[in-house]
Amino acid sequence: MQKFLFELNRDEEFQARYAEDRRGALVNFDLTAEEQQALIEPDIGLLFHLGVNGQILMHFAALHSIEWQDYLQRMRDGLAVHGPVREGVYAVTGYEGVDAHSTRLGQTSDIEEGA
Amino acid sequence: MPLVFAGVCSHAPGIVGRADQADTAAKNRLYEAFEGLRHRLEASKPDALIVVAAEHFANFFMNNMPSFAMGMADYYEGPIENPEWLGIPKTRIPGNRSLSERLIQKVMETADVSYAEEWKFDHGIMVPLHFLTPNYDLPIIPTNINCQGPPLTPLHRAWAFGQALREAADSVPERVALIGTGGISHWPATPDSGKINESWDRQFLDEWSRCDKAAMLSYADTQSYLDAGQGAFEIRTFMTVSAATEGAPGIVHFYEPIPIFAVGCTIGTIDLEAPPLRSTN
Repeated sequence: MQKFLFELNRDEEFQARYAEDRRGALVNFDLTAEEQQALIEPDIGLLFHLGVNGQILMHFAALHSIEWQDYLQRMRDGLAVHGPVREGVYAVTGYEGVDAHSTRLGQTSDIEEGA
Repeated sequence: MPLVFAGVCSHAPGIVGRADQADTAAKNRLYEAFEGLRHRLEASKPDALIVVAAEHFANFFMNNMPSFAMGMADYYEGPIENPEWLGIPKTRIPGNRSLSERLIQKVMETADVSYAEEWKFDHGIMVPLHFLTPNYDLPIIPTNINCQGPPLTPLHRAWAFGQALREAADSVPERVALIGTGGISHWPATPDSGKINESWDRQFLDEWSRCDKAAMLSYADTQSYLDAGQGAFEIRTFMTVSAATEGAPGIVHFYEPIPIFAVGCTIGTIDLEAPPLRSTN
């Protein structure tokens, strides 16, 4: 998934092909059906849950004209629906989720005003 | 000739891309600080600027991830991001292949570095340049440390790399400036985006300003992640500048958490003229 997004983020021609035929753009990548579907929809929350790094995912969201606050909310919703991040940097080091994280840092939830 | 300038700054994409969503006064304070940094850089009359960045999978990916990389081209392109999203138009940025090659050869004598004749700048370099060289008229030597895809570059190797960079910069006749760019605590592009651990930031900046090598090398990534987010892995860029200017004090000109920019925004320089600090461990 990340390799696909890495290539997509770098290459405007690839972006055009993806816009024309999302499923077709995925054929050369080794992806499960779940991963393919998440990339085709696109399901930002599921992609984050599956382990896509936010630094890659945010450009994919921008490509789909998903506004910043909406992008953050989709990731939060994805964690609520699917559970903690499965793989990658956020899982390896123990991703705890927004609320638990706020509590531990002793901060009030300022998500609406923050970004 | 000896390094003519060294500093650090933030590079978060929201600083430009979401400027209209920020508290105007806070944004203006940051922009003024960037302006001050630009004046200091220009006053050093540099022939080229080394930007030590922590790029975000724009050029370097897990299929072939270098711990360190330096650009070796006469020009680069950027930003790789959608220009409307980032708020910075696509442009061509000058490099200096000859200077890059000489710097890289010198660095290679004591540190391992990959070179890249192609490099598409992402926000990690474009945001600093937007403020520091707005006319894109200063040759840039892009330099990257892997702060994103584990296993990450060990901190002590980033220190050794900074020392190698300094030796290289001092070995060429050009007037070389150096800037490290990264976040301190932050959780960029994640559900926690906007969180900033100010006390953690202020402690690190205190250590940075005193060039406290032992303190800075003692950060463990696992703990940094818990306390300060994955964005804190980018302290490597600040530490590289410390290593390149070992013994010289740092001055934090600006620090302010700005949640919509998703980072404690920081502007600092190294006082290269100051007498050496008593102990750098």
